[in-house]
Amino acid sequence: MDEAPPSGEAPAVATAGSATPEASPGRTKPSRRRRPSVVALLFLLPGLVLLGALVVYPIFFSIFRSFYDRTGDAFVGVDNYQRMFTSSATRTAIKNNLIWVVFAPSIVTAIGLIFAVLSERVRWSTAFKVAVFMPMAISFLSAGVTWRLIYEENPDQGLANATARAIVDTFRPPGAYPGARPSQDDVVKPEGQGYATTTTFASGDTITLGLFAIPPEEIPPEAQTAAPPEPADGAIAGTVWLDFTTGGGGTSGEIDPTEKGLPGVEVQALRGSDVVASATSDAAGRFVLSDLAEGSYRVGLAGSNFREPFAGISWLGPTLVTPSIIVSYIWIWAGFAMVVIAAGLAAIPREVLEAARVEGANEWQVFRRVTVPLLAPVLVVVLVTLVINVLKIFDLVLVIAPGSAQRTANVIALQLWKTAFGARDFGLGSALAVFLLLLVIPAMAFNLKRLRAEEG
Amino acid sequence: MNRSVRWMRWFAVGAVVALVATACDGDDGGGGGATTGGATGTTADLSGQTVEVAATWTGAEQDNFEQVLAGFEDKTGADVRFLSAGDDIAAYLGPKIEGGEPPDVAILPQPGVLQSFAEQGDLVPIDDVAGDLVDENLGPGGRSVGTFEDTLYGVWFKAAQKSTVWYNVNVFTDAGVQPPQTWDELQQDAQTISDFGVAPYSIGADVGWPLSDLFENIYLRTAGADMYDQLAKHAIPWTDQSVKDALAVMGDVLGNSDLLAGGTQGALQTDFNGSVTQAFTDPPQGAIIFEGDFVAGVITGETSAQVGTDADFFDFPSIDGSPPAVMGGGDIAVLLDDTEGGKALIQYLATPEAAEIWAGLGGFISPNRNVPLDAYGDEVARRAAEAFQEAGDSAVYDLSDLQPTEFGATTGQGIWGIFTDFLQDPSDIDGTAQQLEDAAKQAYGSS
Repeated sequence: MDEAPPSGEAPAVATAGSATPEASPGRTKPSRRRRPSVVALLFLLPGLVLLGALVVYPIFFSIFRSFYDRTGDAFVGVDNYQRMFTSSATRTAIKNNLIWVVFAPSIVTAIGLIFAVLSERVRWSTAFKVAVFMPMAISFLSAGVTWRLIYEENPDQGLANATARAIVDTFRPPGAYPGARPSQDDVVKPEGQGYATTTTFASGDTITLGLFAIPPEEIPPEAQTAAPPEPADGAIAGTVWLDFTTGGGGTSGEIDPTEKGLPGVEVQALRGSDVVASATSDAAGRFVLSDLAEGSYRVGLAGSNFREPFAGISWLGPTLVTPSIIVSYIWIWAGFAMVVIAAGLAAIPREVLEAARVEGANEWQVFRRVTVPLLAPVLVVVLVTLVINVLKIFDLVLVIAPGSAQRTANVIALQLWKTAFGARDFGLGSALAVFLLLLVIPAMAFNLKRLRAEEG
Repeated sequence: MNRSVRWMRWFAVGAVVALVATACDGDDGGGGGATTGGATGTTADLSGQTVEVAATWTGAEQDNFEQVLAGFEDKTGADVRFLSAGDDIAAYLGPKIEGGEPPDVAILPQPGVLQSFAEQGDLVPIDDVAGDLVDENLGPGGRSVGTFEDTLYGVWFKAAQKSTVWYNVNVFTDAGVQPPQTWDELQQDAQTISDFGVAPYSIGADVGWPLSDLFENIYLRTAGADMYDQLAKHAIPWTDQSVKDALAVMGDVLGNSDLLAGGTQGALQTDFNGSVTQAFTDPPQGAIIFEGDFVAGVITGETSAQVGTDADFFDFPSIDGSPPAVMGGGDIAVLLDDTEGGKALIQYLATPEAAEIWAGLGGFISPNRNVPLDAYGDEVARRAAEAFQEAGDSAVYDLSDLQPTEFGATTGQGIWGIFTDFLQDPSDIDGTAQQLEDAAKQAYGSS
């Protein structure tokens, strides 16, 4: 089946085999110009078949499918594209993809660069590199589940909020009765962070201050049954108590028989807004604001009594959900960027750096003016690869964003999946796929062009 | 050397031909293996066969369903594999169906999903398989739940009585409140429980379906069953004043972050199971859960509280003197692959025998008329089942479950997604109604 070439050359395969010392030089050269032979085509066939079946055919089928309705029965023209761009879900997804593309690749590359340069300086660089690269070894799904747990809203469960609470509560300790409210809201009004009476008292007067909305487990064990205040000379005496009878039935604003005093409440005597005296209630809830000059005072409950423990940050709430997921993405990919950039760094001729140092450049100048420009080709490759990767982001968003935040965290690939496989609208889903493809193509083309330029 | 080269060339050609041939073989091989033989009873010997069943149940509900499946295994010798489908069963099954490898049986939580699957021809009609069993055990009402365009596709296996409100009995006792009869009493109780020191409402708004159930119960009471049916069919728009009124009533519950366990942000990240367990931990983080009878299953399975002593339910309160009304939902078993094992399992799930297993375990109401009330394991479940049976044909079906999937039952979209947004800003009634209408229009326009 293989016709003998006119020049009497052996067929391509044989040529390669005959490139031995006895073959005359120059005879193999013209054979490179020959049209691909049938055999060569046969060798290419498996690759072409796979490429065609797995890449080319799906692309063209998606394009074709995107012009048909959800079941594929009716041709609808550009209807799906119109629906796609008018839907608010897709618009949110496009906006989020934009945020991802702007921030994620650049931050990952920057961090990768810093790590790569640093890892050349530290003794335990291998350990460091392994630690940074480790997240790449975990599947994105497990990494996503891990970060979902880290971001858990409840500080008792989520690592991020547990840390935040530990720090915040150290500098701003929570009060003994967080969230408690006064029961006599006609007597005591909010003032600042705490509460203060609306009327004034003079020394010798007594006052009862009821509080409630205190969970039973937050009542200190030493608390005793509330005792009514005993008037004292030159002082305002009073009782702070839990004005809620367990099981119901008590009278609001009165110290009922089973109600307990609240120990450890900081009470203040106020003149204007100045604190003139302060006292802390005892186990029966009694306090005495003593050494008061003549005159009238308001009685206040300090805000520190009611300060809530830090409730945590809503990492996965609507405002922070996308940045939070981007952080987890950075955690996974920083290792990749570091390894590739470190390889590029190793290829930089040391003499150039030495020369710069000899010329008197400091380390920052060496980094800024020599290392980074020489690394630029590698940095661009990393950046573009990450851009392509980020455009397709899907798994982390699906796993980390709670259902309530999936609308705000939506990205194109997730919207595609939900539309095609959730709502089973393959027409609209295909349109989204084509749109995603169009977004990726410029980055791909850029990478290919660079590759060709390097070969040429 | 020359000879060996030539030999290699032929070898290569042969290999390529073989490869192409295998590839073609692979293509053809997929569709074969036609199943023959008529429907056999559930007593058929299926030993050695594997039956796959996909459902959205997790935790205690999954455990209980696996007990039901164990009954099937004992009876037939088949090996049943339970596949956990997550909240979004359409998204789970879609790729499997497209790939030609669906599980034999799936339990669909919404008739809307059944309809969209049946419409696309992905379900096997089961008139011949279980038609008689369905007529005998479920009656015409039950048959219609699994029917699409006059063809029976599903067996209604599990009913949900969603007009119940569950509460922590100990918190109610300590706070000194009684189960409320009216919406106003509920508000007072909630305030008292808050004064006592516990955030009253425990809502799992992570995905949003508990919020849509709350809305439906309110709408059924403020607008009435006729309007409810019209809204379900999208015969009136979601921007109707009646929807806005119901949203305003819903704001009584959602509007004050202090009344929600974990606050608004906490509720948004709590899933349904979490909303139940947090109300029965020690100390309790919530007291009132607006959800159906299946709450009992979670309480029994995932907390140490006892249904009947520590936990109980009251009927969804009357709003402005509305008459008692029951909203229900359910799970429907469908056949995705025409296999012996799959058909036998469908038949089994239509029998009272299968339902009685779960009824004994709790957190379950069977739509099966031949399941006696004393099959229910506890008194509380019996009460819920009784209310469901009494409501009979006057009960309305869960509205969101009747919608096209992308509007009624997709995480982060449609009703679910819009209600989680509403929780974040319960004052935005007009905007929420408009968003619901826009999403409904899109869903109805495209199907």
